[in-house]
Amino acid sequence: MAEDSTPPAAADPAAAAAVPLLQLRGIHKSYNLGLPNEAEVLHGIDLDLAEAEFVALIGPSGSGKSTLLNIIGLLESPSAGSYRIGGQEAVGLDDAATTRLRGQALGFVFQFHHLLPAFSALENVTLPALMREGHVSETQLARAEEVLAAMGLQQAMNKRPGELSGGMQQRVAIARALVLRPPLVLADEPTGNLDTSTSEEVFALMRRMHAELRTSFLIVTHDPRLAQQCDRIVELVDGRIVGDRPL
Amino acid sequence: MNISQARPAGPAAIPPAPEAETGSRWRLGMLGFERRVALRFLREGRMQTLLIIVGVAAGVAVVAYISALISGLQRNTLDKTLGAQAHITISAPDNAVAPALPAAPGATVLVQTQPRTQSARTLVNWQALMPLLQAMPEVAAVSPMVSGAGLALRGQAQRSIALAGVDLDRYDRIINLRSKVVAGQARLAAGEAIIGRELASDLGVQVGDRMTISTGTGAAANSDSVRITALVDLGVRELNRRTVLVPLRTAQSLVGLPGGATQIDLALLDIWQADQLAPRLAQRWQIKAESWQQTNASLVSALNAQSVSTTLIRVVVMVVVVLGIASVLVVSVVQKRREIGILRAMGATRGQVLRIFLLQGAVVGAVGSALGVVLAVVLIFLFTTFVRGSDGLPLFAITLAPDLALRIAALATACGVLAAVVPARSAAKLDPAQAIRM
Repeated sequence: MAEDSTPPAAADPAAAAAVPLLQLRGIHKSYNLGLPNEAEVLHGIDLDLAEAEFVALIGPSGSGKSTLLNIIGLLESPSAGSYRIGGQEAVGLDDAATTRLRGQALGFVFQFHHLLPAFSALENVTLPALMREGHVSETQLARAEEVLAAMGLQQAMNKRPGELSGGMQQRVAIARALVLRPPLVLADEPTGNLDTSTSEEVFALMRRMHAELRTSFLIVTHDPRLAQQCDRIVELVDGRIVGDRPL
Repeated sequence: MNISQARPAGPAAIPPAPEAETGSRWRLGMLGFERRVALRFLREGRMQTLLIIVGVAAGVAVVAYISALISGLQRNTLDKTLGAQAHITISAPDNAVAPALPAAPGATVLVQTQPRTQSARTLVNWQALMPLLQAMPEVAAVSPMVSGAGLALRGQAQRSIALAGVDLDRYDRIINLRSKVVAGQARLAAGEAIIGRELASDLGVQVGDRMTISTGTGAAANSDSVRITALVDLGVRELNRRTVLVPLRTAQSLVGLPGGATQIDLALLDIWQADQLAPRLAQRWQIKAESWQQTNASLVSALNAQSVSTTLIRVVVMVVVVLGIASVLVVSVVQKRREIGILRAMGATRGQVLRIFLLQGAVVGAVGSALGVVLAVVLIFLFTTFVRGSDGLPLFAITLAPDLALRIAALATACGVLAAVVPARSAAKLDPAQAIRM
């Protein structure tokens, strides 16, 4: 049922129709394969995501949201099925190729910020470039400062994560996810740890970045109010997609 | 807010994989990412890092100090031992009983022979042998000697002596005699003698006094009067009590070997070659050649035992250092699981994570060994300053040779990397999804 729902919220329908950004077909995931406690948590997921979409992934706990997000994020591999990113098959790649694809195609925002505590905000944001190039070029540094400024963090660039509030830390994490301009950012409960007004703020920032950079966002959330502000809601229950509707 | 430019249009634009390029860039970047993260991780775990660096430093200091101490001790022992003897001594082959006829094949021979007495005999053709020996590349100095037993007489006092006739300049090059003079001036003209310090006090003589040397008995009795020009301390009391050095010619007539020499002393450039060179000399010229190792077999085995124990101590300390570094890094990997997971999610490869931890091991090893070498130098300074012999002089010189210090430091750094292998591999194997969930 996911196949027939063409991504409705794509800003540029022509481009989206050509090659979807993500294409999942028949994704299954089992844990403890072959053991007595084998458990299948995803039962054949079909999902397409176009460029510049802003999608909420919702569902009760234990529905397999995080597992699906990990598979999309190339942190776990599915037990069966096909997963294409930008037309490239991602299942069955070796670790080096998976890592490379992850670094190029994806940015991550986690619930608990997951910044490196030993590095300042600016250093955290330049880490992806440092990781890829072995040094941080002037351009990369300027871009990192620009993104942090866009997040309203001009004053906090040289502070360690421990010196920042939760909302600020999450904004640094979003800046880090966006700095290399990946086509897709995956966010796992990005506001789950924040109070309501900070949540709104952080969410608004993601919407703005989406509008400005045309980056796709896939956001796992429990919060129905936030989900309502996305362009499309995919609902997962017991490892199956039970709803996929545009807003 | 003008960061919206710059993303290429087109379907699902993913930047092309810069595969070939990435590899070379890593090398150009001198592990920039790994270095930054490794140093930051070490700085973050301040207390752990400090403790293990101190541990490595202590280990390196012990190894460096023990190495310097033992090599100083051995050098000192060798100097003392070889200070009064040649590295190789060549003499005429022993008198042996030669059978009149070789036994017929298959015949059983029953003999009983009395060993022959070993009278003082000259080395045949010693004047011709000297330049040949001197020309050998291993040989530093050559000195002929006529030695024999005798008595030193002065008034009522009489002492048995070991008489040695030498050419002073040549002999000086063998045992550095001039540096051992404690009174008077080393000089050996005809009718002059240099004697040991203890012998002088036993006889009650001083520099400038005369004494009589007598050798042989009965018809062969011979005696000569000599003036003492210098007293020497050969480092061994027994030698000081017996040694009398006279000119070669004087000894030849006293011992009754005109124009002869009973032995040739050799000094070598590398003392450890003596026991390989001696048999070669013996075979080549049909002479008896004894190396200092043969004459001091028990000393050599003691030195070997010492070297083996030192090596054992060094190995054990290095193993402890490796285990110490490894245990700290194992803990650090566990503590940093989540951060490793984030790095992996952000696109760090397994190799990068591996290198981050290997680098930490190398840094701990290098910093620790630098401190350790400094500590060893301090220990050595304290030893030479405060541990003194009964005469108030340092017991012996110990120094830490720069190349030894460098070797130890390099070894400790290598040990650091080695220690990091297991933790680094476990860090690299971490499943990022699981690591993040923790």
